[in-house]
Amino acid sequence: MRSQANALEIVDLRKTYTRPAVDNLSLTIRRGEFYALLGPNGAGKTTTLRMVAGLLKPDAGQISICGIDARHDPVAAKAVMAWVPDEPLIYDKLDPMEYLEFVAGLWAMDEGKAQRQARELIDILGLGPNANTRCQGLSKGMRQKVALAGALIHDPELIILDEPLTGLDAASARQVKAVLRTRVANGTTVIMTTHILEVAERMAERIGVIAHGRLIAEGTLAELSAQAGHTAGADGSANLEEIFLSLTAATSEAA
Amino acid sequence: MTVTATLSWFARHELTLAWRDWAAMMAGGRTTRERVVTIGALIFVGLLHWLAYAILEPVLKPETLGSKQALVGITATLLLTFSMMLSQAIEHVTRAFYARSDLDLILSSPASSKHLFSVRIASIAMAGATMTALLTAPLINMAAYLNGAHWLAAYGVIAAMGFVATGCAVMGATALFNAVGPKRTRLIAQIVAAVVGAALLIGLQVAAIVLYGNLSRFAVLNSAWLIEAAPELSSFVWLPARAVLGDWSSLAVLLIAGAGFLAAVIATYSGQFAGHAVAASSVADHSDQKGGLQRPFRRMTTAQALRAKEFTLLRRDPWLASQTLMQILYLVPPGLLLWRDMGAETNVHVILAPVLVMAFGQLSGGLAWLAISGEDAPDLVATAPLTAGAILRAKIEAVLIAIGWTALPLVAGLAFVSIGGAVATALGIAAAAFAAISIQMWFRVVATRSQFRRRQTASRTSTFAEAFSSIFWAGATGFAAAGSLFAIPFVLLALITLAIAWLVSPRV
Repeated sequence: MRSQANALEIVDLRKTYTRPAVDNLSLTIRRGEFYALLGPNGAGKTTTLRMVAGLLKPDAGQISICGIDARHDPVAAKAVMAWVPDEPLIYDKLDPMEYLEFVAGLWAMDEGKAQRQARELIDILGLGPNANTRCQGLSKGMRQKVALAGALIHDPELIILDEPLTGLDAASARQVKAVLRTRVANGTTVIMTTHILEVAERMAERIGVIAHGRLIAEGTLAELSAQAGHTAGADGSANLEEIFLSLTAATSEAA
Repeated sequence: MTVTATLSWFARHELTLAWRDWAAMMAGGRTTRERVVTIGALIFVGLLHWLAYAILEPVLKPETLGSKQALVGITATLLLTFSMMLSQAIEHVTRAFYARSDLDLILSSPASSKHLFSVRIASIAMAGATMTALLTAPLINMAAYLNGAHWLAAYGVIAAMGFVATGCAVMGATALFNAVGPKRTRLIAQIVAAVVGAALLIGLQVAAIVLYGNLSRFAVLNSAWLIEAAPELSSFVWLPARAVLGDWSSLAVLLIAGAGFLAAVIATYSGQFAGHAVAASSVADHSDQKGGLQRPFRRMTTAQALRAKEFTLLRRDPWLASQTLMQILYLVPPGLLLWRDMGAETNVHVILAPVLVMAFGQLSGGLAWLAISGEDAPDLVATAPLTAGAILRAKIEAVLIAIGWTALPLVAGLAFVSIGGAVATALGIAAAAFAAISIQMWFRVVATRSQFRRRQTASRTSTFAEAFSSIFWAGATGFAAAGSLFAIPFVLLALITLAIAWLVSPRV
C-alpha cells in the first residue's frame, strides 16, 4: 500500500566516479518526518539526493519514494516529490508568479488551485512586494525563496532540500523554517542537507551522518550522542557539533 | 611590478585557457573516434575545395585581374568580409565588458587590468582573423592553385582587416558605453553589430532588386555605370585589392597600418575597460511587470507550459531577440523581391528559395540551442513528472512552431509566384530546420540562456555543421525549385554534413 510506505527507502545505493561517492548506502525515512542529512564536504550528501531526485543515475541500488520504485517509474516518483538545489536556478525573465504558474503547469495542477497556492506561498514567504518583478532583479535570498515556493506549490509528499538556508538573512531563514515546520506538521516529509548544525539540531527529528559515501550514524540527537560516546552536557543536552566532529573524525581515521 | 602582472604572463594565461578550451572541445570523450573524425574532416575540406574550384575555375581569368572591374569586385568582397568581421568584433568586444568568469578575481587583485584587456583585445583580433581565414581558405587556396601563389597574400589582408575591425569595435563599444551607459550598451551594440554585418550585403541586394530585378550583388558590381564612376587604377582605394592580388608592398602597408592602428587603440582604451567591466557588473533589471497576484493562471498541459515558457523567455529578452535580427535582416531583400515580382512570370522563386532556406536554417539553430541547451532551471525541468523525451519533444515543438509561423507568410507569398517553388522552399526550410535541431540535440550542453553567444565558440564543430547544413539545403532547394537534378548532390552533401556531425558529436 503506497499510503503506508515510507517516504524514502534507499537500499545499497552506489555511485562511483574516480572513487566511490556513494558506497552501498541504505536509508529509510518515515512519512511526516523532518530528516537532516549531515556530512563533511564531499561526503556524498548531494550525490545521494540528486540520485533520489532522478538527476543522477545510480550505478546500483534501489530507491523507493512513497512506495514508488523511482528507478522503474521515475515519472510517478517525481510527481510526489520536489527538489530544491543549493543554487536557486530559476528563470531570470519570469517574475515569481509566472515562475509558479510554469511549475504548476509542469505538475499539471488545476489552475485555480495553483493560483490560490501561489498567492499563499508568495504571502507566507514575504515575496509579495516582488511578486511581479522579474527574477533577475531579485537577491539570492529572494531567488531561493522563489525556488522553494516552486517546490511547495504542487503539495509534494516528499521535499528534498540541499542547503536551503545558505544565503538567507535571519528573517528569511525564519520564514523558510516556519513554512517547512508547517508542512511537516501536515504530514509532508522533509529531507534537508545543511552545514548549519544548529538548524539540524533544532528542526530535525532524526539526523543521518554520511562520510565517504556511507551512513556512519543515524538517530535522534540523544541516539547520536550515545553512538559517539558523548555524555550529556551540564544542562542535560548533547552538542551536535561535538558529536558530528567526533563521528566524522573517527571515520576519517578508519579510512 | 611582480612577474605575475606582466603582459606576457597574462598572454600565457589567456593562451593556456584558450588551448584547454579548444582541446576539450576537440577531444572530449571522443578518443576512439579520432581516426573517423579526421578522415571525415579531410573529406569535407576536400569537398569544399572542390566546390571552390568549380566556382573559381570559369571566372578566374588572369588577363582580367588587373582591370577596374576586377578591382571593384575584389574590393566589394573585401568590404563585405570586413563588415562581417567588424560585426563579430563588436560582439566580442562588448561581451568582454559583460563577461564575468574570471574578471571578479582579476579586477579585485593588484594585477594590472590594463594588461589583461590588452591581451583580450589582441586575442579578439586574432580569433576574428583566424575564423575568417578558415572560412575563406578553400577559395584562397583554389585561387592560388589556379592562378599562382600570390593569392595567398589574401591571408595577410584578412589579418590586417582583423586588426582594423577589432580596433574600430573597441572604439565604437567604448564610445557607446560612455554615451548610453552599461544598461543599454549591450543591446544597442548587439543591434549595431547585426546591422553592420548585414547592411552592405543587403544594400547591394536591394540595389540589385531595384535596378535589375534580381538578388545578385554582382549585377550592381559589374554594372557599367559603377565601373565608370570608380576611381582610377592608380588610386590608393585599390590598395587592399592589389594586396590580395599579390602586391607585397601594398600588403606590407596594410599590415603595418592595421597593426599600428590596433596597437594605438589598445594603448588608448585598454585602461578604460576595467572601469566599464565594473560598471557592467552592477547592471540589473528591476523592471516590474504588469499583472499582479490577481492575474489568472492559464489552464495548461505540461507540454503547453514548456512551450509557453520558451515563447515568453524569447519575447522578453531583447539581447537574445537581437541575435535573430541578422537572420530577419537577410529576409528583407527576398521579401522586397517577392513584393516586386508578385504574380509576374519570372523565376524569382529560384532566387528566393535558397535565401529563405539559409536564413531559416540559421534561425532554427539559434532557437534550438536556446530551447534545448539554454535551460536556466535544468533541475526543475528534470525533476518534473515528465519523461526526458516528452520534455525534449515539447521544446522542439516550440522551435518548430516559431519557425512555422515566421516562414508561413513568406512561403504563402511565394506560392502566388510558383506553387512548385513554394513547395520546394517549404520542404527545404523543414529539412534545414530539422537538421539544425538535430545538430543542436547531438551537441546539447548544460548552459544558461545568457551563454547564447558562447554557443558558437563552445562547439565550433556544431557551428560549422549547422552553417554548412543550411548552405547545402539552401543549394538543394534552389536547384529543386529550378527543376534541376543538381539538387541531388547538394542533398547528399547536406546528409554527409549531418552524418559527420553525428559521428563527431559527444556521446553521453
